[in-house]
Amino acid sequence: MKKKLLSVVLASAMMTGTLAGCGSGGSSPAPADNGGSAETGTETAAADTAGDTASDTAGADAQANQGKVINIYSFNDELRTRITAVYPAIENTSEDGTVSTLNDGTEIHWIINPNQDGVYQDKLDEALMNQASAADDDKVDLFAAEIDYIVKYTDADVDAAMPLSDLGINPDTDLADQYEFTKTVASDQNGVQRASTWQACPGVLVYRRDIAKDVWGTDDPVEIGKKTADWATMKTTAEELKAKGYYTFSCYADTFRTYGNNIASPWVESGSTTIKVDQKVIDWVTDSKEWMDAGYFDPTVSGQWNAEWFTAMSSSAKVFAYLFPAWGIDTQMIPNWDGEEGSWAVTNAPLSYNWGGTYLLAATGTDNPGHVKDIIMALTGDKENLTKVAKEYTEFTNAQSVMQDAAANDEFASAFLGGQNPYGYFADSLSSIKMAPLSSYDQGCVELIQNAFTDYLKGQIDFDTAKANFEIAIKERYPEITEIQWP
Amino acid sequence: MFVQKKRKLVSYAKWGYIFILPFFASFLIFSLIPLVDTIRYSFYEYFRSGIKEIGPNFIGMQNYASLIQSDMLKYAGNTLILWLIGFIPQIVIALTLASWFVDVRMKIRCQQFFKVVIYLPNLIMASAFAMLFFTLFSTKGPVNSILMSLGVIGEAIDFMRTALGVRSLVGIMNFLMWFGNTTIMLMAAIMGISPDIFEASEIDGCNSMQRFFRITLPLIRPILAYTLITSIIGGLQMFDVPQILTNGQGNPDRTSMTLIMFLNSHLRSKNYGMAGALSVYLFIVSGILCFIVYRITNDDDPDGSKAAARKNKRGRR
Repeated sequence: MKKKLLSVVLASAMMTGTLAGCGSGGSSPAPADNGGSAETGTETAAADTAGDTASDTAGADAQANQGKVINIYSFNDELRTRITAVYPAIENTSEDGTVSTLNDGTEIHWIINPNQDGVYQDKLDEALMNQASAADDDKVDLFAAEIDYIVKYTDADVDAAMPLSDLGINPDTDLADQYEFTKTVASDQNGVQRASTWQACPGVLVYRRDIAKDVWGTDDPVEIGKKTADWATMKTTAEELKAKGYYTFSCYADTFRTYGNNIASPWVESGSTTIKVDQKVIDWVTDSKEWMDAGYFDPTVSGQWNAEWFTAMSSSAKVFAYLFPAWGIDTQMIPNWDGEEGSWAVTNAPLSYNWGGTYLLAATGTDNPGHVKDIIMALTGDKENLTKVAKEYTEFTNAQSVMQDAAANDEFASAFLGGQNPYGYFADSLSSIKMAPLSSYDQGCVELIQNAFTDYLKGQIDFDTAKANFEIAIKERYPEITEIQWP
Repeated sequence: MFVQKKRKLVSYAKWGYIFILPFFASFLIFSLIPLVDTIRYSFYEYFRSGIKEIGPNFIGMQNYASLIQSDMLKYAGNTLILWLIGFIPQIVIALTLASWFVDVRMKIRCQQFFKVVIYLPNLIMASAFAMLFFTLFSTKGPVNSILMSLGVIGEAIDFMRTALGVRSLVGIMNFLMWFGNTTIMLMAAIMGISPDIFEASEIDGCNSMQRFFRITLPLIRPILAYTLITSIIGGLQMFDVPQILTNGQGNPDRTSMTLIMFLNSHLRSKNYGMAGALSVYLFIVSGILCFIVYRITNDDDPDGSKAAARKNKRGRR
């Protein structure tokens, strides 16, 4: 009898073990998304919600209709540091950076997945599609989107992001200081603003002072700016750099944004299934090929965001310049630079362009509309905070009045740039930006066209094969695409 | 007394079923239902555009037809080439090592140690192994630095940008990971051969080459065939190593894109219809291969004696 009982227990334990193990994994995808440190985050969340039920009712009066957990989806640490810097309600953040506690006991759960390979969007899409059925504390409340794919989420038919007016933000008055083009980008096809950003991203040219001195005997941004005024002058400059054994840029992908973000018509017209490749993109290919063959790029670097590309930012590298907006200096160059502070400087890029921009979107169905509104307002609509962010992180923030003053104000000088105040160059770049028209296919197009033509630029295949490869790859990524038109 | 005994037997059988129930229940839920769903969706147009879901709309065999028209066969070819580059050295080295290890006259010392060492690479996760190679062979990686400082090459070789480079790296990795496993399997096969045969051959004046080709090889043929087929099936599913080495792009010029990577790129857009159709193709190919394995391992005439007898009979008639 005992044996029987034992075997029943064992069998059922085995069974429930198998099923429960898989079941919990499937039913709660949101917390599991938390990357490497998911466990701790989920555990504390579970423990806290269990422990807090008693105090829950007490605090409920103060925070009517507010959930206990704010889930913020993002693709890197940038958003967390910015929000932590400006949102006064945040009391402390756990050491691993996954959970922040607010002064009213609400927790922010930072769910960070890398942009690489579309991981972030996969996880976010999954969570948004389950939004309606998810438990309140598992619902996405706030998420970040980059300009490359924001259209996907601001689409009025999809309704994944709430119109800001539904949150109680009036874009015309509350966000009046924002740059007009960022508001256009953040609006759906009916002109309803559904997102908001704290940054505008005019691109500049960031160069190494020591290399400039070595080649021309000066590192003055004005002098160097003359040498990087346009692409024709740039070529002469590149030749001079090459004579001294330097590379102008690390690779062909660095220059892409100056072309790709100046296209005249969107990659895909709204409602169409045809990709129209802009002439500017083809210009990028032909120019890059010419530069590549001339030896102006570092041949060991292929594309961005890889180890070689980061190494090319270090003091041992021979790369003269990078094309970056403000965020690039803060999030990419500073962590990868190993030499003395003040070794870089900013000047005008050969062509003005806007690269990127992280937008905040309130997820439809959020259970914390109050906090979400406060966070969006604190980070993107508060002049004081935007001034602070600009000073602390050398960001070009989305407040016209602040930025107009910044160029002349020494307080905005950057130590990393050797005390230079870069805001004049940012503002110049911004004033001549013609924002490229967006489509929801931008990310795939930008990524895959660079990838397909890398083989061509590296001399592996001919131009037509590269075109064919792009067509195959883009149709795989977006099955609804029926045709690709080349200029 | 008799009756009681009988009832006890029946109840034992019941426990048997209860014990295998967990497997069948989980198989049903986690394998069979998804399998059937995959096949069902392969007849549908079903994908995601942004976060809008398109379909499922029934479109018959259209997914299958467009796959045939696509570059699927090219990727099948890639898969085959990548597999061959790894498999040929793998089987040659494994055979040599296996026959050395079991050869009583070679008296290899520390056999146990070597067996562990050659098996070790298999314990590393394929993706970690691929990451390691990716770093080792990158343009600024240690391999290039060493070669350059030795003066073997003038400038860094971009291994990841030539078809030859990527394919050989994938081949080397697969070889390193699997030759230990094959060696141990073949050793078991060779040890299964009766020592009498080897002794008899030696008395007859057989040299080691003859012994290997005339005795060992023919007698381990069934295991060899088994190794071959399982390796083909494994090769068909190859993706982790090239996926990580080429960032999922199958660079350069899609020459290292395997079938499963092709499948993955459809899953990027959650294109369940197309991915389902591709899976069905793979399922059919694997099914045929499995059938061959089944026939070989269940061979009722392993040493050919029955066939010889039949032939003899016919000849006599």
